[in-house]
Amino acid sequence: MKYAAKRIATLLVTMVVVSFLAFVAFDLISGDPAEMMLGTEATPEALAALREEMGLNRPLVVRYGDWLLGFVTGDLGMSYDYYQPVGELLAPKILVTLCLSLLSFVIITVISIPLGIWSAQRSGGLFGAVHTTGNQLFMAIPPFFTGMILSWVFGTILHWFTPGAFPGLTNVPVALKHLLFASVAIAIPRIAMTGRMLRSTIRSEQRKSYVRTAISRGNDRGAVLRRHVLKNALVPVVTFLAQTMAEIVAGGIVVEQVFGIPGLGRMLVVSIANRDYPVVQAIVVILAFWVVLAGTVADLVNARIDPRLQLGGDA
Amino acid sequence: MLEIRDLHVKFHDRDREAVSGVSLHIEDGEILGLVGESGSGKSVTAMSIAGLLPRRQCDYTGEILLDGKDLLHADRAELRKLHGKEIGVVFQEPMSSMDPLMKIGEQVEEVLLIHTKLTKEERRRMALEAMAAVELADPEAVYDKYPHELSGGMLQRAMIAAAIVIKPRLLLLDEPTTALDVTIQAQILDLLKKLNRESGISMLFISHNLNVVRKLCRRVAVMQRGVLVEEGETETVFHHPQHPYTQRLVAAIPTRCRKEDQP
Ligand SMILES: Nc1ncnc2c1ncn2[C@@H]1O[C@H](COP(=O)(O)OP(=O)(O)OP(=O)(O)O)[C@@H](O)[C@H]1O
Ligand SMILES: [Mg+2]
Repeated sequence: MKYAAKRIATLLVTMVVVSFLAFVAFDLISGDPAEMMLGTEATPEALAALREEMGLNRPLVVRYGDWLLGFVTGDLGMSYDYYQPVGELLAPKILVTLCLSLLSFVIITVISIPLGIWSAQRSGGLFGAVHTTGNQLFMAIPPFFTGMILSWVFGTILHWFTPGAFPGLTNVPVALKHLLFASVAIAIPRIAMTGRMLRSTIRSEQRKSYVRTAISRGNDRGAVLRRHVLKNALVPVVTFLAQTMAEIVAGGIVVEQVFGIPGLGRMLVVSIANRDYPVVQAIVVILAFWVVLAGTVADLVNARIDPRLQLGGDA
Repeated sequence: MLEIRDLHVKFHDRDREAVSGVSLHIEDGEILGLVGESGSGKSVTAMSIAGLLPRRQCDYTGEILLDGKDLLHADRAELRKLHGKEIGVVFQEPMSSMDPLMKIGEQVEEVLLIHTKLTKEERRRMALEAMAAVELADPEAVYDKYPHELSGGMLQRAMIAAAIVIKPRLLLLDEPTTALDVTIQAQILDLLKKLNRESGISMLFISHNLNVVRKLCRRVAVMQRGVLVEEGETETVFHHPQHPYTQRLVAAIPTRCRKEDQP
């Protein structure tokens, strides 16, 4: 409990630092927002007035505090391009990306864990060779490529869905088809990686002395695995899955493009092209928060699995 | 009750046999001592008895008979019925032999979970009794602790508690006192004596220290490089060692100890 409190405090501090760095960076690169909004022909008087109105003359730290307060209350500023609050603009996109990522994550977890356990029980020779080759093959397939193939086969040829015609989340069955194919594309290499990792941690745990003790008590192979080995093999896998969860959000950007899914990824690409800095900044900060949040969740889960990790304290 | 006949074990990745031609027997209710230097094959002998040899990594011949049943070539299913219930094992290194992520109490009562139909409460009660029997201070508190929270001596006691929670017929103790300081070592020896007296559990007590064995065992066997070089009444072996290796072992014990421990 004390560990959890500490870990969450660390998370909050990290979030503040990360968002401050992002704020400073965008302050440097984005130039003068007043000029961005009024255009280059604006009179100096109008610019000065707008700057004053937007609070741009205040010190950096004060503006950061103001921005952070806005951020946590859902006020992420105005988009230059869409003349719309960034929050309103991003909310539906975040939802789509979240659905896509969660779906990918579920697919990865549900397939890779049984796969890893199963393959760990089989050893050597032919199986080992086939396993390693197949594994490396799947790990090497970039999601956009699988995505292109899937959208060609199931979209263009079989007409199970129409790539690019994402109907919005309210049309659940059709939206689900889009998301499902995209998720599979994202999941394939990750399943291979997670499965391989679980296999190797299980195998190294199985060589440890406590396994012999478990056998000496009358456990059969399955019970040794269930009661002892799995739990011990889980910690690195949880960490890896959390990294995966963080990375599939960013990794989804390309796949969203391939399937024409209007998520954060597409939004980010368009906003960067248009130098719509408030939008880019919000997305960057949200992605960064997502990454540190996933790490924290992994640490908390792992500390529950392995109480020794709570001793490390401020991880 | 236990008879080992001409046991040979050779690991594939070794040139020399780990155990070559050992024959031994343990009587009902007896504590047999097994001494020898590091690498002499004591643990391998014990693992053979317990049916815990890594069978794919070694060749093994001979017979190990528990009440006439061969353990050395028994299949997994047969061994599982004996494991924990008839034969208990206390391993050499308590820290690595415990599951680091399972509470001590759960590990102590695991044998009950596997071999009996007792309820959770009954199992807990028996585990606490076994933990009290090995004189673990505050069993209730220790029950919920994890291995990394205990000292070496406490872990060793917990290991013993786990092995005796169902009274096995044979207890294999692989250097259960080596890692401990002298006082705790003496306490554990007393504890084993008491267990043997009260429950009649037969034991194989492994040590590289002849002096420790002397306090516990009426009979002792001495191993060197996989071979059984001497076997007999502990006092006889102690005072009239026949084999040069045993003579060296005895000579290595400080004279002060030898005198002090005269019965
Ligand atoms: N799994 C194994 N694979 C290969 N060799 C092994 C294995 N287990 C034991 N040996 C070898 O068998 C021999 C006997 O080892 P054993 O563990 O029985 O010695 P020991 O008498 O118990 O020594 P110690 O007092 O150090 O515990 C040693 O040479 C050891 O290296
Ligand atoms: Mg040994």
